[in-house]
This record gives sequence, structure tokens and C-alpha cells, in this order.
Amino acid sequence: MQPLLKVENLLKHYAAGRSARSKDKLAALDGVSLSIPLGETLALVGESGSGKSTLALCIACLETPTSGSISFEGIDVATLDENQLRLIRPQIQLVFQDPVSSLNPRWTALEIVSEPFFVQRRFTNPDRAVKALQLLDRVAIPRKMAGRRPDEFSGGQKQRLAIARALALEPKLIILDEALSALDCSVQAQISNLLLELQSSFGLTYLFITHDFAMAAHLADRIAVMDRGRIVESCPTENILRSPNHEATRALLAAAPRFIESTGELVHA
Amino acid sequence: MRYFLRRTLHAVFLLFGVSLLTFLFSALTPGNYFDEMRLNPQISPETVSALRIQYQLDRPLPVRYAHWLNAVAHGELGFSFAYNSPVAPLLWVRARNTLALTVTAMLLAWLIALPLGVWSAARFGRAPDRVLSFTTATLLVVPDLVLALGLLILAVRTGWFPTGGLVSVNFDELSAPQKLRDLGFHLALPVIALVVATLPMLVRHVRASVAEALDAPFLRAALGHGIPRSKLLYGYALRAAANPLISLFGFSAGTLLSGSLLVEVVMSWPGLGPLLLESILARDLYVVIGGVLLSMLFLVGGNLFADILLYWADPRIRTAASAK
Repeated sequence: MQPLLKVENLLKHYAAGRSARSKDKLAALDGVSLSIPLGETLALVGESGSGKSTLALCIACLETPTSGSISFEGIDVATLDENQLRLIRPQIQLVFQDPVSSLNPRWTALEIVSEPFFVQRRFTNPDRAVKALQLLDRVAIPRKMAGRRPDEFSGGQKQRLAIARALALEPKLIILDEALSALDCSVQAQISNLLLELQSSFGLTYLFITHDFAMAAHLADRIAVMDRGRIVESCPTENILRSPNHEATRALLAAAPRFIESTGELVHA
Repeated sequence: MRYFLRRTLHAVFLLFGVSLLTFLFSALTPGNYFDEMRLNPQISPETVSALRIQYQLDRPLPVRYAHWLNAVAHGELGFSFAYNSPVAPLLWVRARNTLALTVTAMLLAWLIALPLGVWSAARFGRAPDRVLSFTTATLLVVPDLVLALGLLILAVRTGWFPTGGLVSVNFDELSAPQKLRDLGFHLALPVIALVVATLPMLVRHVRASVAEALDAPFLRAALGHGIPRSKLLYGYALRAAANPLISLFGFSAGTLLSGSLLVEVVMSWPGLGPLLLESILARDLYVVIGGVLLSMLFLVGGNLFADILLYWADPRIRTAASAK
């Protein structure tokens, strides 16, 4: 079966010097290939600065890659122009790390969640409100809080709002860019369970970007490890935990305390 | 509503304090208007002392201040020694000319600065943005005086624009559209000087705030929903960046009376600038105090105006103010 997302040999260079003509290019992505089948979750694990977020922005069509292809449902999105992109964009949605800055501070929860409908000109005004309230129900935000602004919500609730907003356009792929990293452990558990629940009811595909192996193991079918702009290892979750092959993987595994406690002997392998 | 009452009350107290201080400081300055007369052998010492008594300069300071306050309460601002007339109408005519100049310049500067700043922010760090940044930085370091003099030289050499004054000598003989044209030509040079002097600062502020707002993930999310680029820039980013710009707008409204003094003097625009300069040199006490007070009134008014705009533009401030 054709995968939902197939990235091949993706390169993204940033000019390192002051001038764009400078020869010292910084390779944020250095030949990345990956694919995600429909309905599955791929966790992308790596240290900060390893190129994870750049990859996310490229896949979400918010950055243009230097070369390589990103094929979504068989369409190469890297070659589309702005107008064609606007039709594809609803299918791929992002949830960001920082729940504070990812919501417009001037808007109410209801306005935030119904904004995608306005952008894509979907539904009539009364319908938009109804749909938005249903989305709030889905992420367990009480309807009576719909008129409040982001600063009156907790961090976990803000992230729930961001997820609701990402769900609004009924996307196929959701990119979770460190979406749990800024939250407390207990809240992380709640949100990750919410994500699993939403995945099974909507058949969503996730690209879950994190530096936390334990979370990756909890959510993902496959784990890809990124190091300095390359994917150094990509296996089903079980395999990678039992026999990490690459140095970077072992380093990241050693940095996940919760995981070490439960399967102590594996770390030393 | 209570918020505005409180703000207005603050403003009144501030003005009161400013008037007291200007009065005090001008009393501390050496000499007064009539000292020059004493040096003039054609005026007898008796006349001078009679004038001093007539203008009550012999009375103690608190009495003079009380008198002046009473006059302010009656809509006058004291009496000009040099013009031998009440200060209020004198200032009013000049302030009107100054406002005609500064309001035009301010609106023009903002109308150019907003799109230019947004345009620059959308290309942040790329070649066009760098060229513009370099230009604004260069313009920022050029002193207003040099700018005004430069334009004046240009006007003299080319003869495209009149080099001073409000209207031509034959203004009264012109028809209505010709009058407007004449006024426009006289306005052009000082307006250009003021716009060029304020524009770089405004463009840089707009660029910085919009560029910062463009980095916010909620704008990326909106882009991810498929919003058109122009709507993202003007509908979302500019609004997210609005608060510091609104404060700046209020501040620039506050400098409407005081910001153009130098340009007016150099380009002989019959506004407050030349009048205040004259009065300070002549120690025409009440004109100076009136001028300072009027500028202050605008500054306070401008800030109040900015607060009202902020209140109107930002729902968060509305909630915070009504919660108090």
C-alpha cells in the first residue's frame, strides 16, 4: 500500500554566513528519507538542533526544502505553488511546542477553534460555532469556557485547544512538534492518551517529534532517530528499544530515566 | 468608564503640576521683559515701573500664580507684553498653522511607514530588507536641521517650491482651488522635512514589531490552515504587532505641537516655533508658559488617545480594565 507521506532524500540548507551568497552552508537536513503509512504514528527522536523541527516545517509546507521530494498521497508538495498549496494545507496540520504562543492571545477559545473554518471558508457562521463547540467537546474543554481567552486556560488546556484547532479541517496528517515537551508529566500522560483516542476515532496519522524516548515508545508504531540532519536509525518501536544500533540512539535512550528503570539491562547492551 | 475618569483626573493633575513648575522656573530666570526697556534712554524709569505695576510684576509669585490660574479658568492664558494682547488668541492662530503642518506630516508618515514596515518585515533579513534598513539607519543619523537646510537649498536652487511662509502675498486674490494649491505648495517643503525626519523611526518600529509577530507559532498555524499571504501580513501579523505601534502613534500625536518647532523656525513657517523662540528671547513670560502648557496638553492628550485606542483594539485590556 502506498504510504500517506513519503519523504525522499530531503535537503535543507541555510546560509551560515551573513550573506546569502556565502559558501558556508549549514545543512539542517542532510538527505532525509522516511515514510508513514496511513493511520500509523512515526516518532522522530533526536537531540535539539538535529533538524527535527526543520523537517516538520518542510513537511507542513511552511519551509521550502533545498532539494528532495515530499510526497503526500502521491502528490509532490515541494513543487506546488502557493495557490495549489492552499488546497493541500488543510490535510496537514501542526501542533507546536509552546502552548502560550501558539494561540492568538486576543481571541476567545471559540474564535481560535473556528478560525480554520473562516480561513478555508467552510460552513456558515452558525454552523461554524456548532462545529467549534463539538471540537471543544472532543478535547474535553468545558463548553462554558468557550468565551475565555488563552491566558485563562492552563498549559494542558491550551494544548488541547491547539489540538482542537488542528482537528478542525479534518486533516489526515498531524505533525506534533514537541507538542508534549512543555507540559507536566501528569498532563503529558493525559494529552498523549487524548491523542491516541483521537487517532483511533478519526484514523489520524501522526508524525510525533520529540526528544523523549519514553513518550515516543508510548505513542509510536515506528521510531526514527535523527542526528545532525540525518536519520541514523529507523525501526519498529519494539526493535529499537531492544537493540539500538546507533550511538545517538543509545545516548538518547540513556537520557530517558523512566525507561531505564523498567528495562534496566537493555541500556547496557 | 472608571478607567477613563481616573486617567483624565491624572492628566488634570499633571497639567496643574506642569503649570506650577513652568511658572516657578520662569520666575527663577534672571531678568524680565521690562529690563530691556530700562536700558532704553527714551523710556523713563517711571514708565517702566508703572508698566511693572500694571502687569503686576511687583506682586509676590503666589499672587501672580493665583491671578494667572484665575485667568486660565476664564479661558485666557495671561497677557503678552510684546504683542500687547491676551495670549490665548495669539497662541491659537499659531497653533492652527502648526497643526496644519504636523497633522499632514504625521498622517503621511504613518501611511508610508505601515506598508513599508510590513513589506520589510515580510522579507526580514533578505536583500531588499537590508537595503531599506541601511537607508533608514542613514536617515536616522541625519539631524533635522541639516535636513531642513538641505531642502531649503534645493528649493532655492530649483525654484520648485516657495522657501517660506504660509501663503503667497497675493493669496486673497486667488480663487478657492488656487488657494488650496498655493497652500499645498507652501506646505510641501516643511511637510517633506518632517516626514523624512520621522519616517525612519516609524518604519523601523513597524518592521521590528511585525517581524516579531510573524515568528509566533499561532501565525504559522494560520498559514498552515491555508491563509493567503497578504491576509496573514495585514490581517494577523499587523494586528498582533499593533500594541506598541498604537502607543507610538499616541506619542507621535503628543508631539504634534512640539515636534516641528525647529523645522518651523528654519523654514519660516508661521507656527508656534518662531513665536516661542521670540518670546523666550524677549522673556515674554506668559506666552512661553502658554506654549509649554499647550504642548503638554497635547502630550497628555496623545497618551490618553493611545490608551483609548489600545482599549478599543485589544480585548485583553478591556477584560483587565472591567475586572478591576
